[in-house]
Amino acid sequence: MALDSKIPQGPLADKWTNHKNKIDLVNPANKRLIDVIVVGTGLAGGSAAATLAELGYNVKAFCFQDSPRRAHSIAAQGGINAAKNYQGDGDSTYRLFYDTVKGGDYRSREANVYRLAEVSANIIDQCVAQGVPFAREYGGLLDNRSFGGVLVSRTFYAAGQTGQQLLLGAYSAMNRQIGRGKIKMYNRHEMLDVVIVDGKARGIIARNLVTGEIERHSAHAVVLGTGGYGNVFFLSTNAMGSNVTAAWKAHKRGAYFANPCYTQIHPTCIPVSGDHQSKLTLMSESLRNDGRIWVPKNLDDVIAIREGRKKPTDLSEEERDYYLERRYPAFGNLVPRDVASRAAKERADAGYGVNATGEAVYLDFAAAIERYGKEQAIVKGLDTNDKALVQKLGKEVVKTKYGNLFQMYEKIVDQNPYETPMMIYPAVHYTMGGIWVDYNLMTTIPGLYAIGEANFSDHGANRLGASALMQGLADGYFVLPYTIGDYLADDIRTGPISTDTKEFEDAEKHVRDSIDKLINNNGTKSVDYFHKRLGKIMWNECGMARNEEGLKQAIEDIRTLREEFWNDVRVPGTANELNEELAKAGRVADFLELGELFAKDALQREESAGGHFREEYQTPEGEAKRRKEFQYVSAWEYKGEPKDAVLHKEELAYENIEVKERSYK
Amino acid sequence: MNLTLKIWRQKDANDNGKMVDYPISNVSPDMSFLEMLDVLNTQLIESGDEPVAFDHDCREGICGMCSLYINGEAHGPDRGVTTCQLHMRKFKDGDTIYIEPWRATAFPVIKDLVVDRSAFDRIQHAGGFISVNTSGNTIDANAIPVNKHDADDAFSAATCIGCGACVASCKNSSAMLFVGAKVSQFALLPQGQVEAADRVMNMVKQMDEEGFGNCTNTGACEVECPKGISLENIARMNREYLSASLKG
Amino acid sequence: MGILNSSIGRKFAMALSALFLMVFLLQHFAINILSVFSADAFNTASHFMGTFWAVQYLLQPILIFGVIFHFVMGFVLEIKNSRARKISYAKNNGGANSTWMSRNMIWSGAAILAFIILHFIDFWIPEINTKYILGDMSGMHNGELRYFHELVEKFHSPIRVTAYVVAFVFLALHLLHGFSSAFQSVGANNKYTEGLKKFAKVYAIGIPLGFIFIALFHHFTGH
Repeated sequence: MALDSKIPQGPLADKWTNHKNKIDLVNPANKRLIDVIVVGTGLAGGSAAATLAELGYNVKAFCFQDSPRRAHSIAAQGGINAAKNYQGDGDSTYRLFYDTVKGGDYRSREANVYRLAEVSANIIDQCVAQGVPFAREYGGLLDNRSFGGVLVSRTFYAAGQTGQQLLLGAYSAMNRQIGRGKIKMYNRHEMLDVVIVDGKARGIIARNLVTGEIERHSAHAVVLGTGGYGNVFFLSTNAMGSNVTAAWKAHKRGAYFANPCYTQIHPTCIPVSGDHQSKLTLMSESLRNDGRIWVPKNLDDVIAIREGRKKPTDLSEEERDYYLERRYPAFGNLVPRDVASRAAKERADAGYGVNATGEAVYLDFAAAIERYGKEQAIVKGLDTNDKALVQKLGKEVVKTKYGNLFQMYEKIVDQNPYETPMMIYPAVHYTMGGIWVDYNLMTTIPGLYAIGEANFSDHGANRLGASALMQGLADGYFVLPYTIGDYLADDIRTGPISTDTKEFEDAEKHVRDSIDKLINNNGTKSVDYFHKRLGKIMWNECGMARNEEGLKQAIEDIRTLREEFWNDVRVPGTANELNEELAKAGRVADFLELGELFAKDALQREESAGGHFREEYQTPEGEAKRRKEFQYVSAWEYKGEPKDAVLHKEELAYENIEVKERSYK
Repeated sequence: MNLTLKIWRQKDANDNGKMVDYPISNVSPDMSFLEMLDVLNTQLIESGDEPVAFDHDCREGICGMCSLYINGEAHGPDRGVTTCQLHMRKFKDGDTIYIEPWRATAFPVIKDLVVDRSAFDRIQHAGGFISVNTSGNTIDANAIPVNKHDADDAFSAATCIGCGACVASCKNSSAMLFVGAKVSQFALLPQGQVEAADRVMNMVKQMDEEGFGNCTNTGACEVECPKGISLENIARMNREYLSASLKG
Repeated sequence: MGILNSSIGRKFAMALSALFLMVFLLQHFAINILSVFSADAFNTASHFMGTFWAVQYLLQPILIFGVIFHFVMGFVLEIKNSRARKISYAKNNGGANSTWMSRNMIWSGAAILAFIILHFIDFWIPEINTKYILGDMSGMHNGELRYFHELVEKFHSPIRVTAYVVAFVFLALHLLHGFSSAFQSVGANNKYTEGLKKFAKVYAIGIPLGFIFIALFHHFTGH
């Protein structure tokens, strides 16, 4: 099947308006006759479910958590971008569009990104109307901050909990519709298959995670807002339950999976402390505005620090290597996420990691404390030579800026970051890849849509800070509810979809068989044992830097591990009860397939772009080297085993933006 | 560290359940409490036993999924943290640790340490929203200035993660801190004023129907709340409720 | 009274009756303390309270209603609240997050109820008997107002005085939580709350201490 992105004709700025004017609508009376299933209740799924219900569709929403409010969008800290230009600093729809395409390393679709920038302002209006308490200035108007190295202040925020506040906004909109009976909410349910009838997505098979019951649910269309697949690395900043299962099942039923190798690795996370580690905690990127990143210059000092014979504060300036400032004098500690992450890995690989696991670098606030302290002393007319006073004043300033992050760090690591440098290390954070969708957000299966992080569309090879929340809400509030109408307009006479058909029966049987297989496997190893091993393979060979040999090895290793998993995994308990191990086993089984496709995609993409860095393709200075011949989206079609997946290319054209090299020197 | 865990085990909602002892050794002080339970569960699975079921998801203190009544306190002995952020360095070698589910009639146990908190959702269905439809042309976000102090207070109330520690800690299993926070968030903002009276009446009615107890102002909820939600929110809800009742 | 069907309404009613009882307590104390300084002043005030129609036929029934309401509602709430948690914790560390007083209002309340029964037997029933059964509204005994003498008589017994002292300790414990709690229940939690809490402490300790002082004073000086 050839990929048709269905990008509307006409000038970039008019495409979305023209498209909305031309597509079919469903009249209000007919919407009552149409059912839509929404899987996932994060920003994308939650906002879509609420809006579809407001429009009059009968919505069935599913989440695996005990409440829609717990989806992992809630953990986003920094903010949400919108081209409001409230600060009058020259922001515009075009600039947001430009920054997003450039930030994505010219691997995203122009028309989608422009639409995203266009509706971004509406998101802020909508959220404020819902009662989302964004930060405000004393005049009562909304405050903005600058984020991710762009040149304007366009990020709206609610302290360090923007994702939480936005999700609660979407959840409140859902609550209103649940109260009205327009959304039927299925908590603690996990989607385990998509049901295709006559080539169209017409329902899902879900497992009730409390009773273990396998349920059939039908609808005229199915929407997946099921998030990203960062947990294929086992350790990531994702929630423990975040998984690829819904997306992967859709892939196996015919939805193409696009760019699986594009992974964002966030440079400022708290390092792994040992084998018991279950997840990684992100600390806002804003820390790099004031923190200086370094490792010791001499390996002797590294060893002394690891053995506890020396403290980082014992090292003089000459004994420290501020490697980002050394390598990138222009941007220094503020280089983009991928560059900062790779540089940390380079030092750790060379043996300079400063903690017991050898995977940590310092983020030092001593210089900032002194600088701010002196500033304050001058402002207050006090003695700038009084070291204790300068320290005290400086710490106060740092506390007002980063107090909550410092406290979080201290709770986890049990070290006081005001006195000793923080230890940080990169961690998997976001996956730009996902299910391929056209301009209408429809996958290659008619009637099956993917929104938010679950699709691939808007961030290209790398996502800008504060853009994930924007995309999730844009898709859910302002894009999908329009575009889905165009498809559903043909369904007004279809009537209710029966679940009593062969297609549902087959899909249910398929689900039951795989559950039975897991439950009756009687192996010896826990699910986590395999998941951790998969994570190690992914991190070592498909992490911050990849190469041909490593990727080929990874493909082999994952295949072997998958066989081992099916032979030796032990799932205790039964299928007819709350059984977290069973749920986990199903998710890891899917990760074991996705992981291989991930590596295959990374191997195929012989260039470096954004979150995908191939060691063979770098400039003499060690920077990412994009290649014109790879200016396309890789969409993979399922053919049985991941190794048999067939590549389809969607060529990317840039008509409104000039493709340039990135440079941060 | 070597510890003795006393954990509530209950097969399903209909089972009676009981406390069961589990010795655990080689616990690292750097582990989070839930990572310590992960280790226990791996041991249980590999020795052919059933692992302990407990709720958790984000493991960074924001989703509100994790619970656990640890040594007689919601989210354990540390302050301002959820169970997933509690670290084993808060305990000593040789300690005995009691681990129980949230106890409240309105939060029935589903299995082991997992409880059903859907009562919280139903309270919000009754009124935890501002009735505004999605459209591309609601008024501009800056059209209504909001006093910064009110906006900040609304935000503080809105940081509630809905974990249920307030109910679990309260000797009366009262949900008033949770409902107070929800009512306050909207009552403090101009957008929320229009339907403020209906909101508080409906939410309180639903709260009562769910079988939560009455607040007697012990303040335990505020102390144990991982997000430090203030008792002021309960007072504000009381005011809102009384004025709404008088208006009829 | 539809409002009493809601949790907040019951809380509010509990708080209102408490505020009323606290005002009454203050007034009761003000009269009793007169007995320390002047038998005559105490007699005059007592006679006025005991015979003035508005006090007897208006305030007294309201007071009785207030007392009964506060107790009955207290017990009703306690039963409802215990139903809200049918299975208790194997280990509960309430001391980590709340005061003993706040968690044991029902017990301090029950102790106060026992005291009030004693108090009724001691003073109120004989008063009602004298005034309304026997019809003697003069307040006279052996040619002088009888109130001071009756008061001193009652505090002669060390057992009774001990019971009074214990009861007032419980009253102090009850008020230490109840005073500021009543304000929170009616929705008053603002910038004055800190000051109010300090005043509550003074009231909750001062008033019962004063009553204890009066009892001990008459016990040791009465004969």
